[in-house]
Amino acid sequence: MSTATDDVREDAPPKAPKPTKQQRRAASIADQASGGIKMLLIKIVALGIVDALALFAVFVLISHEQWLVTGVVVAVTALVNWIYFSRRKLPAKYLTPGVIFLVVFQVFVLGYTAYIAFTNYGTGHNGTKEQAVSSLMASSLERVPDSPTYGVTVVERGDELGLLVTDPDGEALVGTNEEPLHEASGAQFDGDVAVSADGWTSLKFADVLARTDEVTALAVPYSDDPNDGAIRTPDGSKGYLYTSTLEYDAEAGTMTDLSTGTVYSDTGVGAFTAEDGTKLLPGWQITVGFDNFVRAITDTRLSGPLVYVTLWTFAFALLSVATTFFLGLFLAIVFNDMRMRGRKYYRTLMILPYAIPSFLSALVWAGMMNQSFGFINQVLLGGADIPWLTDPWLAKVSILLVNLWLGFPYMFLVCMGALQSIPEDIQEAATVDGAKPWAVFRLIKLPLLLVTVAPLLIASFAFNFNNFNTIYMLTDGGPRDANAPIPVGFTDILITMVYKVAFTGQTRDYGLASAYSIIIFIVVAVISIIAFRRTKSLEELN
Amino acid sequence: MRVNRKSLLAAGAVAVVATLGLAGCAGSDSGSDAESTTSGKLTVWVDSERVDALQGAADAYTEKTGVKVDLVGKDVADIKDDFIQQVPTGKGPDIVMGAHDWLGELSTNGVVAPLELGDSAGDYLPVAIDASTYEGTVYMLPYAVENIAMLRNADLIPEPASSFDDMLAKGKAAGLDHPFVVEQGAEGNPYHLYPFQTAFGAPVFGSGAEGYNPDDLQLGNTGGEQFATWLGSQGKNGTGAFNTDIDGDIAKEAFTSGKAAFWLTGPWNVGAAVDAGINVAIDPIPSPTSEAAQPFAGVKGFFVSAESKNKVAANDFLVNYIGTEDVQLELFKAGNVLPALTAAAETASSDPIVAGFATVGADAVPMPAIPAMGQVWQYWGIAEAAIINGADPVATWQKLASDVQAAIDAG
Repeated sequence: MSTATDDVREDAPPKAPKPTKQQRRAASIADQASGGIKMLLIKIVALGIVDALALFAVFVLISHEQWLVTGVVVAVTALVNWIYFSRRKLPAKYLTPGVIFLVVFQVFVLGYTAYIAFTNYGTGHNGTKEQAVSSLMASSLERVPDSPTYGVTVVERGDELGLLVTDPDGEALVGTNEEPLHEASGAQFDGDVAVSADGWTSLKFADVLARTDEVTALAVPYSDDPNDGAIRTPDGSKGYLYTSTLEYDAEAGTMTDLSTGTVYSDTGVGAFTAEDGTKLLPGWQITVGFDNFVRAITDTRLSGPLVYVTLWTFAFALLSVATTFFLGLFLAIVFNDMRMRGRKYYRTLMILPYAIPSFLSALVWAGMMNQSFGFINQVLLGGADIPWLTDPWLAKVSILLVNLWLGFPYMFLVCMGALQSIPEDIQEAATVDGAKPWAVFRLIKLPLLLVTVAPLLIASFAFNFNNFNTIYMLTDGGPRDANAPIPVGFTDILITMVYKVAFTGQTRDYGLASAYSIIIFIVVAVISIIAFRRTKSLEELN
Repeated sequence: MRVNRKSLLAAGAVAVVATLGLAGCAGSDSGSDAESTTSGKLTVWVDSERVDALQGAADAYTEKTGVKVDLVGKDVADIKDDFIQQVPTGKGPDIVMGAHDWLGELSTNGVVAPLELGDSAGDYLPVAIDASTYEGTVYMLPYAVENIAMLRNADLIPEPASSFDDMLAKGKAAGLDHPFVVEQGAEGNPYHLYPFQTAFGAPVFGSGAEGYNPDDLQLGNTGGEQFATWLGSQGKNGTGAFNTDIDGDIAKEAFTSGKAAFWLTGPWNVGAAVDAGINVAIDPIPSPTSEAAQPFAGVKGFFVSAESKNKVAANDFLVNYIGTEDVQLELFKAGNVLPALTAAAETASSDPIVAGFATVGADAVPMPAIPAMGQVWQYWGIAEAAIINGADPVATWQKLASDVQAAIDAG
């Protein structure tokens, strides 16, 4: 780009008048003059790579008939090209990549979560109604007890498929979906199994595979009486006699249990439901409106634990931020003092916890805090019997301790940077005026520090509010609250409780989990907005 | 000027990455459904460790039928959830390798197709067929049967223990602080305690012809209360045989270093013990009562996707290829777990360790695959851990039974 455009950008106050025609022309001439052929080449190569990738993506997407995504990719690529080839889109050139990331990784994810929160997506409500019907029909087939295995050959007449069946007596029978089994004329045998008959073409195995859908749909009635069942072949070479226990009436949209006569109909709850409320599973996915949110708040099994889990979540997040911040600040002040020797080495040591992945160190801590075999009790405390992770209160303390260990290096780094940016002369002036060191710190340094650090503290609060890793790896929410009707423990925070409610055992409830996530998101967002508003008053100090 | 050049470069690089990200997202949206739409190709999701063992069967099948078999090694922890999520979208594999206790969840989600074993059903161990059957329908081709048994350090204790008390006495006589270890942990481990529970006649669910009955919770019966009382007497305030501070790693360490003579665990840990130079013998689980201590049997096998476009080939491949002795023995070599096919199981039992597990497995009961079981696990271990740590056994056990019943009713 040009120095000229940059100057325009830097010098222009927010509400500057539009550059005049002459200025613009000057800018574009300067742009051309200073850009140089090298820059242009790099630009073309970079955009070429982007376009090539987009083209590849488009081909892949078209082959999978993903029209909407294809359209989005084409539109975004065109936009990117336009922005970077244009001469006067400097702000856009900086903003575009960030905006793309924002849309892909934040807006889309949030939107999709919100969508799921309004559906009944979860175990038993996993797919479409058609899939549920076909799955129910498939599992309702029961092999007739003590019926023999029939050798079968898949045969074809015109476009119609049939089965050439050899019954245990060695007799060859043939039939189709419409035509019950009857004697086949002119049957040829290979061993015990009839392989061809007059008027029918036998399919080779490869043809059977190619027409799998038709072959699996083949059910040749055993006789004119439908109660006798039908012959089906799961593998194209052996046939078995099945009867079905369910009957689907596509027009009425009902499933009928043939053995009991119970009628299951679609009552709008995403599963075939009988009058007494019994559901046939699998059901299918439907949107359920605010049901998940209502359940999230009103479920009587959840409401009791929800209160103290919420309180502990706030306590955990606030205390984690406070402890890490003050320890980090204290160390930063100490290591910022010129009289301290060997500061470099100490600083390196301080950062060490930061370098280890947090879930790994949480696991290590869990091992060290084991009551009878842990390093802390056995070695450091000489065989003490302290229930670090199994006593409700001590477990909370342990979590805060481990989180302090994990989090203070970050605060230490942040505070050190912020402290160094506070001008020395302020402190000198205060000292000259006779202020004590504590007063200097409390009245001058800390407020100045908070101006820079406060937004990071809010972010850190939001992070700890959803700090799944530490809780999950260290205590998994335990020790368990034996009085609670759901599997929740004394150190569970909201996010780990949601995880347990929605994902323990064999029942997944993605809808409910998404509703909870959105509620948590709103809580964190509201707190952050209020906190950011309040920190604005700090900035007036500057 | 230099700053400008750099900024353009940076912007270009970010744009490339962003588009890559976009393309990546778009690609992964629809990356894997080509496999199941084209006929003549089977996609099989396999536990990564067993890809090599299956490759031979896959190649042989391709040679005979022309159907290409594409084995995809997957991380065991992700297979089930990925399968459940991908099948309804028309993606996902034709066949997936898994464990029988997934069946309830897979079937409730409608993602598995029934499998007809035909006459070959009689060729498998009965427990394997029981486990593969859900609500009267077979869904799984079994290949391995897994259960826990008592590992004994034959150098320390030359004779098998005749009962639970005898085991502790033998260990004490040999001068061990912890004669017996079993994996527990703060949340308990009901899987490893189940043999003792069955010895008191307290199964989780009653069972009928169609398998376990979720409406018949047996957990809280009098046998269960007796078991709870016994468990309390072997916990912190009793003999100390059970300890919730002992997790899998601590138990392994105790046995492999010779500090414990008995270790209740599965075949997956035998290798570690043998490598540590322990002279391992496999014993039946010493019972605390006069009844046999029956562990859970876990059966592993293959499922066919409900949305597979190649069901015929998938059925043919499983029933007629994976169900053969050679393939079952290949899979056995990869995992050292007893094959589900009777003939292969007999061949594999020439190894005394496999034979030991097989003997114990003859008494094993299939782990319930019904979804209601999920409601049991989440309370079960916690209650047992509390009893081990000194909570009132009978009251805790009754609370467990009522919590589970409430959870089943609510869910």
